[in-house]
Amino acid sequence: MSRNLQLTEDGKLRHLLTLDGLPARILTQILDTAESFVSIGDREVKKVPLLRGKAVFNLFFENSTRTRTTFEIAAKRLSADVFNLNIATSATNKGETLLDTVANLSAMQADMFVVRHASSGAPHLIARHVAPHISVVNAGDGRCAHPTQGLLDMFTIRHYKGGFHNLRVAIVGDVLHSRVARSQIHALTTLGCPEVRVVAPRTLLPRDVESMGVHVHHTMETGIKDVDVIIMLRLQNERMQGDLLPSAGEYYKHWGLTPEKMKLAKPDAIVMHPGPMNRGVEIDSDVADGKHSVILPQVTFGIAVRMAVMSMVAGSGA
Amino acid sequence: MNLPDPNQLIDQLAERIRPRLQPECALLGIHTGGVWVMEALVERLGVDLPRGVLDIAFYRDDFSRIGLHPEVKPSSIPFEVEGRHILLIDDVFYTGRTIRAAMNLVFDYGRPASIRLAVLVDRGGRELPLCPDYTGVKMDMEAGQNISLEQDEGGRLRLMMKQEAA
Repeated sequence: MSRNLQLTEDGKLRHLLTLDGLPARILTQILDTAESFVSIGDREVKKVPLLRGKAVFNLFFENSTRTRTTFEIAAKRLSADVFNLNIATSATNKGETLLDTVANLSAMQADMFVVRHASSGAPHLIARHVAPHISVVNAGDGRCAHPTQGLLDMFTIRHYKGGFHNLRVAIVGDVLHSRVARSQIHALTTLGCPEVRVVAPRTLLPRDVESMGVHVHHTMETGIKDVDVIIMLRLQNERMQGDLLPSAGEYYKHWGLTPEKMKLAKPDAIVMHPGPMNRGVEIDSDVADGKHSVILPQVTFGIAVRMAVMSMVAGSGA
Repeated sequence: MNLPDPNQLIDQLAERIRPRLQPECALLGIHTGGVWVMEALVERLGVDLPRGVLDIAFYRDDFSRIGLHPEVKPSSIPFEVEGRHILLIDDVFYTGRTIRAAMNLVFDYGRPASIRLAVLVDRGGRELPLCPDYTGVKMDMEAGQNISLEQDEGGRLRLMMKQEAA
C-alpha cells in the first residue's frame, strides 16, 4: 500500500514515507541526484531556483534539531519558502486533529509537508489525504521509519566505500526502538550489501529481525569483526530506566565502541552515528572524534540528500 | 537529408574561435553533447584553457511541468568565474532556454567579464532574445524534428535526426 502511495503511476517518487519496498532504481537516483547537490555548498551562491515559490511546511510533532535544521537548509537552498511549525504551542494542543491541522495548512497553499511524528504511520495518513500537488516527506515516525536518515547513511557509505557490493556492515545497539536501523537495513539490502549485521543484546532486538535479511550477533567481539562500516545507534536514555538494560556503565562495557574494540574491524573501517550521541555510553569520545569517524560528514551529506528528495517529490506531480 | 560531419564543423569553429582567445578565457560545456564538442575543440585549439562542465537540470524553466531530470550530473567549474571571459559550448541551439538556464547557473558561481556562445548546430526556432556568437551550421528545422549529437563507442561524433511521433 505504502509502495503505491510513494510512487506515481509512471514510477516517479511522489512521497517519501519509508525505504521499505522502494526499488533500488529510486534509491540510486536519489543518491546520484544528491551527488549533484553536494557541490552547491561550496559555491558563491549556495542556492538553486528549483523550488522557487513553493511553500514547504516543517511539521515536527516531536523534537529534533539536526533533522529539522537540515531539512530547513535543504529547502532554502532549493529556494523554497520554509515555515517551521512549533507544534508544542499550536492548535494540536487545543484538540485539533492531525488531518485538520494538515487541511488548514493546505488551505494556506502548502506544497510540501515534512513530517516528524511519535506515532508510526502518521506521514502515511497525511499522504493519503493531501491534494494531488502536495508531497509528504517522512522525517521520522514512531519506530517505523526515518528514510532520509537511512538515505544519507547510504550516501555516506557510498562516498567512502565506493559502493555496497563487497561490504560488511554492522549496526550496533538499540535496534528494537530504532526507526533509523529499520531504514538502514531496508536500504542496505535493496542496494545489494551482502552482509548486514545487527549487534545487540537480545532485549534490544525485535523478535523477527532475522526476517529482514540480517545476521544477528550478541557480542561485539564477533559482531564488528572485519567489518567495513560500523553504525552505532543512540541508546535512548529512557530505555535505561526500564528492565531492558542493567545500567549505562554496564552497557558501555559490553556495547560501547572503544578504540580497543575498533581494532576488531577492518583497518579502514568507518564509524557512523545518526546523532545525538551519548559519549561514554554507546561510543567513546576517542572513537567519535577519531580518524575512523565520519559522523560530521554524515550531517553535511544530509543536506544534499534532503535536497534530492525534496526536488524529486516536488517534480513528480508534473 | 544529408547531415554535416560534426568533426568538420568543429574544425571550422576552432578556426574562428582561435583568433579571439584571450588569457582570461575559460570554456564551459553543457552536458552531454556540449562537453563532447568542448573536448574536441580543446584538442584542435591546442591550448590548455581552464574548462568545466554544466548540468542545467536545477535551472530548467520547465521543472514544474516535467519534474527533475532523472539523470542529473554534477556541475563542475574548477576555476574562479569572477572576471573571466567564458565561452559557453553546446551541441544544438534551439529555443535558447538551455542557454538562459546555463547563464543563471554561471552567475551563481560569480560575475564573469563576458559570456560568448559557441554551438555546433543552430536549428532555428528560438524563443528568447539569445543568439550564438559562433555557429557550426545553420539549419531550418520543423518543430517536430529533433537533431542531436551522438558519440559512438570509439568516441566518434555524428549528428542524428529524428522525427517525433505526432
